[in-house]
Amino acid sequence: MINSNEIIDDIANKEYEFGFTTDIEMDIAPPGLNEDIIRFISAKKNEPEWLLEWRLKGFAAFKKMEFPKWQHFEMPALDLQAVSYYAAPRKKKQLNSLDEVDPELLATFEKLGIPLNEQKALTGVAVDAVFDSVSVATTFKGKLKEMGVIFCSFGEAVQEHPELVKKYLGSVVPHTDNIFAALNSAVFSDGSFVYIPKGVRCPMELSTYFRINAQNTGQFERTLIIADDNSYVSYLEGCTAPMRDENQLHAAVVELVALEHAEIKYSTVQNWYPGDKDGKGGIYNFVTKRGICKGAASKISWTQVETGSAITWKYPSVILQGDHSEGEFYSVAVVRNKQIADTGTKIHHIGKGTKSRIISKGISAGHGDNSYRGLVSVGPRADNARNFTQCDSLLIGNQCGSHTFPYIESRNKSAMIEHEATTSKIGEDQIFYLNQRGIDSEKAVALIVNGYVKEVLNQLPMEFAVEAQKLLSITLEGSVG
Amino acid sequence: MLTIKNLHAEVEGKKILKGINLEINKGEMHAIMGPNGSGKSSLASVLAGRDNYTVTEGEVWFNGKNLLDLSPEDRAREGVFLAFQYPVEIPGVSNLNFLKTALNEIRAYKGLPALEAREFLKLTKEKQQLVDFHSNLMNRSLNEGFSGGEKKRNEIFQLAMLDPQLAILDETDSGLDIDALRIVSNGVNKLRDAEKSFVVITHYQRLLEYIIPDFVHVLYNGRIIKTGTKELALELEERGYDWLKEELHLKESV
Repeated sequence: MINSNEIIDDIANKEYEFGFTTDIEMDIAPPGLNEDIIRFISAKKNEPEWLLEWRLKGFAAFKKMEFPKWQHFEMPALDLQAVSYYAAPRKKKQLNSLDEVDPELLATFEKLGIPLNEQKALTGVAVDAVFDSVSVATTFKGKLKEMGVIFCSFGEAVQEHPELVKKYLGSVVPHTDNIFAALNSAVFSDGSFVYIPKGVRCPMELSTYFRINAQNTGQFERTLIIADDNSYVSYLEGCTAPMRDENQLHAAVVELVALEHAEIKYSTVQNWYPGDKDGKGGIYNFVTKRGICKGAASKISWTQVETGSAITWKYPSVILQGDHSEGEFYSVAVVRNKQIADTGTKIHHIGKGTKSRIISKGISAGHGDNSYRGLVSVGPRADNARNFTQCDSLLIGNQCGSHTFPYIESRNKSAMIEHEATTSKIGEDQIFYLNQRGIDSEKAVALIVNGYVKEVLNQLPMEFAVEAQKLLSITLEGSVG
Repeated sequence: MLTIKNLHAEVEGKKILKGINLEINKGEMHAIMGPNGSGKSSLASVLAGRDNYTVTEGEVWFNGKNLLDLSPEDRAREGVFLAFQYPVEIPGVSNLNFLKTALNEIRAYKGLPALEAREFLKLTKEKQQLVDFHSNLMNRSLNEGFSGGEKKRNEIFQLAMLDPQLAILDETDSGLDIDALRIVSNGVNKLRDAEKSFVVITHYQRLLEYIIPDFVHVLYNGRIIKTGTKELALELEERGYDWLKEELHLKESV
């Protein structure tokens, strides 16, 4: 007879399935953080002078900053001088089409379930694949171009659309924002760039898939998405990394700009290597994600399913500047073994009649420690601003932790702010009840967890909701019905 | 169908069942009565396979299979159903989705294909009417925010849906007002047939006015001390349990 302790052990000890490495020739810069490496990266990417200067300003800001102390976990010792800030698959020449991408790389993404061959790709999804520091392929580019949609690697955008990059880079997350954003500004390698022109509804999901492969490297990509007036885009990012004993840093920056009546839906399914069951290895996922609803009646929605990383530390945020703009944050964060998550959101209500909705679902298993931290601020001009926050925690077993840190700052009397929070535990009673109806313990846990996160998964595009559901069940146990 | 031989069980080292013998045939309705702490609910839990109970002695055979060797889910799939005294709440899992999962797990165990959505809904509607279960409770999360009566009615509805061979009702009447009691009892009576057997665990004779048992057993201190027919229940209602206890002590002191 299976008892619930065994299920919990099973949940806590399930192996990471994307832990393989790819053997490929790489250009890797020597470890170390200094002006030379920044100049090296900039030169390697053939960047204009203004961008190099911007990077150097970021580096100058970084040098003046210290690591924060307010987080609900012990800051790991980070030796930023031991990290290599540039790693790229060696290219023989400029690539003109997907056929010229190293087959080893294509095979890697294939193995991850991300086919880069357009014939095989999911219909309705265009993918930009980032391997270590560089974008290796972007699918469906031609089709998108016909509609005026720009979807390319960040490096390419710098070359092809410098005016857009210059106008919006750092406009939402300035290079002085926080120490990891400053570091990213200095050494960012590549990432994705999206521009949706006025009045265009992007006909397919845009997706970036990040893969860390090389050892002793960090991944510092930058994503910039601009939705012009009356446009719409849904964007998804996924990520995995090999199993390595040492920790690797992922310090990305994502900036979203929604102009008048525009809508950006940004979904993340994060599955970086979480470390082993003793907490050895794994990715430090220290990411700054922020969007601004610049135009009136615009909308930005973040959905995240966080199952990986040794430490997940991020607060995808929305600045509601335009009147009647709307921000949403839907999150599922799962920790098990010795994983840590300190995540949540910040919503700044600035414009009149702005609305926000926060749904956070934390799941803690094993010795995992999960914190929700969220800020809702309402400025003096934000008449009739409304916020609804629901923040739930689910505990599996009795070794894990769950914490909630809500901050509410209101400077407008007409604001309505609601906060609801619950904590529950998957009890032996619940599992036994389902057993008694013919459902085995593994399926029982999956059923309970899926019920718990349903509200968030419903926000994901269909294919990815299914993926995320699968990922959750792999993370939490064997299989799901 | 069910044979319990000299069943002993303990929980946290405490002896709870001390030699239960019981034979239940197809189509029979057995009532188990007894004072608080006599082991009635423990018997239900042991039969269903709750893991904090340890069987120390004895056997339980169900349709020729050793029930005690089976996991709780396999007991359920073989056709043992427990209507819980305190049904749990499972937020976010709709009653409908839960029942579909359960039904299809049981079907898969029997080598049957999963029910198609249409057939499943048809079955749901039919059973809902049979046991008078509100359709607006179907899409709600399993038992979440249900009143005590609604939870018990949901147990009977699940019983109707899963169609087990043996249904154990653990104090299904507790916490029910007279109307709910009548509805629940009517549901049970409609589900009675020549193939299905019931074990009804109750404190009160009241339930047995609606559900007429073939046999009444009195459980006391972990053993069945008296077995009779429905008249025994009436006698217990009138005289309480003390006379039985005295009878037992007399017997033991001889």
